[in-house]
Amino acid sequence: MSGDSAAAAPGRTGARPERPVGRKKAGSRWGRFLEGGLLQGGVQGSPVLRLVLRWVRRPLLPVMRLWRRNIQLKVVVTTLLMSLGVVLLLGFVVIGQVRNGLLDAKVKASQSQATGGFAAAKQNSDEAAAAAGTADDGATGDERAEQNVIQWMSDLVTSLSSGGQGAFEVVTLPASAGGDTGGRGPRASGRVNPTDSVPEDLRDRIDSNTGAFQSYTRIVYHSTAHKESQPALVIGKQVNDPNNNPFQLYYLFPLTQEEKSLSLVKGTLATAGLFVVVLLGAIAWLVVRQVVTPVRMAAGIAERLSAGRLQERMKVTGEDDIARLGEAFNKMAQNLQLKIQQLEDLSRMQRRFVSDVSHELRTPLTTVRMAADVIHEAREDFDPVTARSAELLADQLDRFESLLADLLEISRFDAGAAALEAEPIDLREVVRRVVSGAEPLAERKGSHIRIVGDQQPVVAEADARRVERVLRNLVVNAVEHGEGRDVVVKLASAGGAVAVAVRDYGVGLKPGEATRVFSRFWRADPARARTTGGTGLGLSIALEDARLHGGWLQAWGEPGGGSQFRLTLPRTVDEPLRGSPIPLEPKDSRRNRGLDDAGLPCGGGEKAATVPAQPTGDQAAPMPTRDPIISRLGTAVPKADPTALPGNGARVVPRPASGALRQEDIPGRPGADEPPSGETGQDGESSKHGEASHGR
Amino acid sequence: MMSFMKGRVLVVDDDTALAEMLGIVLRGEGFEPSFVADGDKALAAFRESKPDLVLLDLMLPGRDGIEVCRLIRAESGVPIVMLTAKSDTVDVVVGLESGADDYIVKPFKPKELVARIRARLRRSEEPAPEQLAIGDLVIDVAGHSVKRDGQSIALTPLEFDLLVALARKPWQVFTREVLLEQVWGYRHAADTRLVNVHVQRLRSKVEKDPERPEIVVTVRGVGYKAGPS
Repeated sequence: MSGDSAAAAPGRTGARPERPVGRKKAGSRWGRFLEGGLLQGGVQGSPVLRLVLRWVRRPLLPVMRLWRRNIQLKVVVTTLLMSLGVVLLLGFVVIGQVRNGLLDAKVKASQSQATGGFAAAKQNSDEAAAAAGTADDGATGDERAEQNVIQWMSDLVTSLSSGGQGAFEVVTLPASAGGDTGGRGPRASGRVNPTDSVPEDLRDRIDSNTGAFQSYTRIVYHSTAHKESQPALVIGKQVNDPNNNPFQLYYLFPLTQEEKSLSLVKGTLATAGLFVVVLLGAIAWLVVRQVVTPVRMAAGIAERLSAGRLQERMKVTGEDDIARLGEAFNKMAQNLQLKIQQLEDLSRMQRRFVSDVSHELRTPLTTVRMAADVIHEAREDFDPVTARSAELLADQLDRFESLLADLLEISRFDAGAAALEAEPIDLREVVRRVVSGAEPLAERKGSHIRIVGDQQPVVAEADARRVERVLRNLVVNAVEHGEGRDVVVKLASAGGAVAVAVRDYGVGLKPGEATRVFSRFWRADPARARTTGGTGLGLSIALEDARLHGGWLQAWGEPGGGSQFRLTLPRTVDEPLRGSPIPLEPKDSRRNRGLDDAGLPCGGGEKAATVPAQPTGDQAAPMPTRDPIISRLGTAVPKADPTALPGNGARVVPRPASGALRQEDIPGRPGADEPPSGETGQDGESSKHGEASHGR
Repeated sequence: MMSFMKGRVLVVDDDTALAEMLGIVLRGEGFEPSFVADGDKALAAFRESKPDLVLLDLMLPGRDGIEVCRLIRAESGVPIVMLTAKSDTVDVVVGLESGADDYIVKPFKPKELVARIRARLRRSEEPAPEQLAIGDLVIDVAGHSVKRDGQSIALTPLEFDLLVALARKPWQVFTREVLLEQVWGYRHAADTRLVNVHVQRLRSKVEKDPERPEIVVTVRGVGYKAGPS
């Protein structure tokens, strides 16, 4: 059997390895890598890559966990990062402003100084030209003038720089546009390396323009000066020498002082910023701690409260919001305690009452019962009227007794007084006992009870008494409503669950009845005469018994097509159920045999719902149309392995979705262990494929 | 047949109507009933009448049934069948742990009651000379004694029957249902708690360490079997 496990919505999580492949066909390697997620754990790809990722991820995991769990850490880190950002921004703005302020003053002073210098140089050259003109105007004048200019320029540099007293240096460079300069090489005051100290682009600009230009540079000294290079402002202009040849005159103003001031400001700001950031972090830590400590205390106390220590209270000091939280919390705890106390008292009273009623009713009933039996035994000696009365008395006492027993059982469930006595049991034994107990009734009805799937042990931790009661109820019901057709009891176990399904081919259930059968005192057909005195509480009690185990009891049926009741129990008591090894709708239902294609409506009409009141709601959702089932199958239904046994390590083995689809899609496919259909199958074709047959 | 069915039955019940009805039924089946309605007087009545079996109602005025059961069990291994109106696990287990051999839940049918009583009385009717060994215990079936290293261990008849049933077929694992049938005489499966409680009681008497049983071994998911001898 490879049931589609009607209640297997949880299986969505089951088949993880197949999902990404099936859904996106052409997922790139990186896409898949990202989808797998660095921190999700599901990394696909080569083993080496996986190993590396794991190696990278491992030290990060505790940090991530701490980050997720610790709000204090989050707030402190966020505060630190944000204040760091603010401080950096502030620092850049302040430093920019200070730099601008410092340089503006210096540039202005330097410009006026340089302008003066240029004017002095021009005047000096004009004077020298006039003097040369008056001194001699002979043929050899050119050569002499050349000599004079060399001397003149050296003098100019000396005289100009002497006015600054180290506040600036003066450099002259030949105008490169002037071609051959005739020995008028670069000159500089204060052992400045003239060519290295003046940037090339400034020289180009001065060559092509007549105005004054400025730039920032570093003053480089000759190695003999033993001085470090220093930042400077350089202002230059093209000036004519006495021979009216252009040359370049530069003023270099060292900015060392300004730079020192600026670095002082920077240092101060950095220190202050660091302090601010650290202090803000510390403040955030302290502030958050003030809030978080009471919250943590509340969380701890809430945990202890929920663990049942109802007298736990928070300590409240002051009147602030935290104190209000504490007060409200304590008030809540107080009310909770009160309510729980009341409920406990109520439950105790109820239990006490039930117990007392039980005793008070049962003792006289025992006497009546025994008296009735004695009278019943002796009825042959009575006249017919009295004899019949004795029979009625005995019969109705039976009915009264079972009704009383069921009522008491139900009220025990309602009072929460039902206790589970779970131990590992083999459900096959329980089923065999139940079936052999129901066989006399089946014989009277002319039906035949078969057991399927009992080749291997079906062991679960369960309360044998209760499970037997549930199964007896189901089997007796199936025989009673089976209209003399076969009843099939199917066992299966897979994953963490075991299941017993009881299938009959009788009147079945009308739409909507699958949920109502579990209601108290519900009757399928009020007009129908009852053959055995059911109390109307049997299925309600069975449902409660199933719930007590953490299991499910669900019904399926179609009108005229019989019904199936399925009991699913977790294999161990504390394990939650995630699915059932047997599909709720049997394979030989009309729909699964494809009869819906033959003219019958395939809408929700003929399908019966399951029980809504199960512990996990969405598994047992009604199945309105065919499509959702197929799609659910298509995505990821854990295929239960019927051979999975406790202890042999077998688990739910997901099969390829396509295979499951194919199996379910073929209409009317004769299943390997398909029981005989309702219409044709009562003529006792029993054991095939190793099915055990427990007939008459 | 009739000879062993004769038996003195002490009915301890405060409900006079029920007691009278029980008397009618028991007499009709050939037993000799005697009655006591008060828990305080139950022990005296027991000593006086020396019954073959005690029918004991759990809810009694004065001393309650549990206490009476304990007192009787302290001085005799006579079969005790509890009558209880409560089928809750706790009540049943407490009753069984106080020493009752069997219990029957009200309301019961007269035949059911008589069957239980007969099942409890029948066992003394088959004295087959037989020596059995289970673990380091030696059982003399006919002499109704269990000895370890010559020291005899006192068991109630029911506990003795349980031990003998296990010891006779040491290769077989007994399900609780089989034990119920063989030892208690239940035809249809009944409450397996009977077996659990009595196995515990038996272990507390015959095992060296009841936490780690060696004589009566639990076979998980199935039942019990005799330990290797």
